[in-house]
Amino acid sequence: MEKKPPKKLQAKHKSPRSINFKVIKLCSNHSRNKLKPEALILAKSEEQLLSAYGKTNGCVLTRDAGLGIEYCDSLDQNLQMVEKGTSLLKKMEISVAEAEKRTGKNAVNMQETYTVYLIEMRPVDAASEGTNPVPDSLWRRYSEFELLRNYLLVTYPFLVVPPLPEKRAEFVWHKLSADNMDPDFVERRRVGLENFLLRVASHPDLSTDKIFYSFLTEENGWKETVFETGFQAKADSRLKALNATFRVKNPDKRFAEMKHYGDELQSVISQLLRVRARAADRLYGVYKVHGNYGRVFSEWSAIEKEMGDGLQSAGHHMDAYAASVDDILEEEEHYADQMKEYLFYADALRAVCRKHELTQYELEMAAQDLTSKKQQREELATGTIRTFSLKGVTSKLFGQETPEQREAKLKMLETQIEEGEELVKERNAECEEFVKSAWVDIERFKEQKDHDLREALISYAIMQISMCKKGIQVWNNAKECFSKM
Amino acid sequence: MMSGSVVDNTVSSGNSSAAIPTDISGQILDLDEDDDLEVFSKDTTLTDGSSFNASMQTSPASMINQYKFEEDADTKDIFVTVDNPESHVTAIETYITYRVMTKTTRSEFDSSEFEVRRRYQDFLWLKGRLEEAHPTLIAHPLPEKFVVKGMVERFNEDFIETRRRALHRFLNKIAEHPIFSSSEDFKIFLTAASGELTSHKKQGPGFLSRMGDTVKAVAAAVRGVRNRPQEFTEMQEYVEAFSQKISSLDKVTQRIVREQKEYLEELKECGPTYALWSQSEEELAEPLKNVAGCVDRCCKETEEQVKNLSDHLIPVLHEYVLCADTLKMRNDLDKAEDRLEWANNALKSDWTRWQKVMRTDLRSAFVDTAERNVSYYEKCLAVWESFLHSQRTDAEGNGKVDFS
Repeated sequence: MEKKPPKKLQAKHKSPRSINFKVIKLCSNHSRNKLKPEALILAKSEEQLLSAYGKTNGCVLTRDAGLGIEYCDSLDQNLQMVEKGTSLLKKMEISVAEAEKRTGKNAVNMQETYTVYLIEMRPVDAASEGTNPVPDSLWRRYSEFELLRNYLLVTYPFLVVPPLPEKRAEFVWHKLSADNMDPDFVERRRVGLENFLLRVASHPDLSTDKIFYSFLTEENGWKETVFETGFQAKADSRLKALNATFRVKNPDKRFAEMKHYGDELQSVISQLLRVRARAADRLYGVYKVHGNYGRVFSEWSAIEKEMGDGLQSAGHHMDAYAASVDDILEEEEHYADQMKEYLFYADALRAVCRKHELTQYELEMAAQDLTSKKQQREELATGTIRTFSLKGVTSKLFGQETPEQREAKLKMLETQIEEGEELVKERNAECEEFVKSAWVDIERFKEQKDHDLREALISYAIMQISMCKKGIQVWNNAKECFSKM
Repeated sequence: MMSGSVVDNTVSSGNSSAAIPTDISGQILDLDEDDDLEVFSKDTTLTDGSSFNASMQTSPASMINQYKFEEDADTKDIFVTVDNPESHVTAIETYITYRVMTKTTRSEFDSSEFEVRRRYQDFLWLKGRLEEAHPTLIAHPLPEKFVVKGMVERFNEDFIETRRRALHRFLNKIAEHPIFSSSEDFKIFLTAASGELTSHKKQGPGFLSRMGDTVKAVAAAVRGVRNRPQEFTEMQEYVEAFSQKISSLDKVTQRIVREQKEYLEELKECGPTYALWSQSEEELAEPLKNVAGCVDRCCKETEEQVKNLSDHLIPVLHEYVLCADTLKMRNDLDKAEDRLEWANNALKSDWTRWQKVMRTDLRSAFVDTAERNVSYYEKCLAVWESFLHSQRTDAEGNGKVDFS
């Protein structure tokens, strides 16, 4: 039987982000065909596609046969997400295609400028067939994403909820603007938001959430729908409880370790981002100063006869060298964004641990309460006062109660104990359920994190290699020019 | 012809266009030729006879041209190296001496190989003598006495090595120069034992230095030529512009070194951060440690690259800054005097020669720098490629990824 050739995919599309899925398909086609990486021969349109993908995703895709596997490695993250195959992603292609500025009146009736992002949903089959049906789309602003995430946090406290891209630009090196309106920042945020949606859509539990689905499909009225769930009340009480200090008597060792890990991860990634930003700043300086060589060589060539040509052309290469740092650092920003995602994931992990602690604490409180009520009943029943209580003292001072009063009290206590036992049972079940679900998700998260970060390190190496190759080229060219001096 | 009696009484003044007094030490004016310069020619037969026109074979200019021809014919016959710095401690002071080795086929030298030890002071002395004797010629600069701005200690290893290289270049420039290399002082510098050199240095102003005075006076006249030929003006303008450009290059290069050093400071913290992270991880520990190692290795390469710039490119640029400064000063005085055209020609020939040497020096310095930069990037490339390779083999080994 004739082997089906890999499908020719359109490189041109209105949304550069939809390229994502096309490329994923490309890779899955190739890997399923079990082609050797060295034999990864691509049609021209596929090459264009990958090149466009590389640009938008900030990964460097090289054509070297030996590095052919890098095509797939860098895309593996998204590929995995699709291959994991939540039913949602199997059906729909999700992307955040564009960003636009809007102005309007805000809650306090002041004029404000904000950015909205276009979410596009496209049925999967249509895309691969090359037809271009108009996607379902709607505009959302960052605050709505925040609302969605808060809802998910409250509704699924035992899950490590994917983080949003940062609210404000942090860990910037001086050339980058920290301004939220800066087009580069907006672009990186767009990528981050899309990533967030894909993460949620590929999560086995989160992807089935109705509020999430309507976020993607119902432009108007979504906010009301969310508030109707009443999650805010839960959110408020949870928040209060979490912010209060409490000590758990028997902390779960695994969760304590996980929380500690979350702390360490957050600390070390922060440090890495800081150091990287400073190094980027310095590297920028090194490259840009070489631009001065260009200028001086050019001026010098004007006063020389034989040396003139060599100097002039060497100068051009120095200018090219100085200019090359902009692309290099832009690629590095993508790496920084990958790290940032896990910086914020660390926070999400810690949140789960904290919520578990709270659950545990509430169980312990309920159990404690039950024990004390049981004790009270015993004392009341046997007439012995073992525990010091105000009631005991006042009754001593003001005389014992009547048998009727005691009867009434006993009855109340019985009810309370019954309720208490129910509560403890409930809380216990809650706790167990929490632990079970949380631990499953934490394992899933661990695997995802190990995989993603390893890929990030690989893409960092690829970036460095690309930078070195550019440097070799420029300086070889310069050397040739110098030897003609 | 110089003051007093000593050399070259064979010089005939009969046919010269102007009467040349026997003792011209006090007189600066009106010389068509400077006989004095002839004294330094080793070949006295050239002084036989006649008029001292610029075009004549006997003029210093033509002599330079002769030597130039020889140089072009690739007959380098004297090789000098400066190496092996050693520290000497006496009751009064501590100083460094360098070994100066000479290999030559020149007949003026008693032997073909020499080895002496010289200190910086000796080099200074030599340069001074050469400049006195040939004020119109262009001498290569010596490294400065000490570097003030960097607060470099005199006996710091890097400083000594940088100085050694510069001294080596200085002597080689002299050896390659047709007139300087024939200097008696140069010969003594290369061959005399320390004691001999000291006593030679101590020799009273002698005819040579009196010669120097005269020549200086003449040189002042040279500088002050009123109707300068156009080439002279062009040279001035060129020197001015060149001086600016080479200074800029020097500054730019120093700035690059500074920026690289600051980059290095930050980069040095990256590796340890990855290493720290690897301690919290299980699966990720190995790739993180690997990356930490790669970053550290790149740091080392960057350090070396910075050192290369400082050791090789900057000293050469700096020497030409000094050179340009010296050249500028020669054109300072504006005394209206006459057209000592032969002097101009001598200057012009040496000038042409200097330009050629400058071009060679700077070209090879920049080519060298470019090569080192290529090598730097190649080494870093290898570091990161080995990381990629390790990740691939690891993944294959763990059966995680099917690369088939």
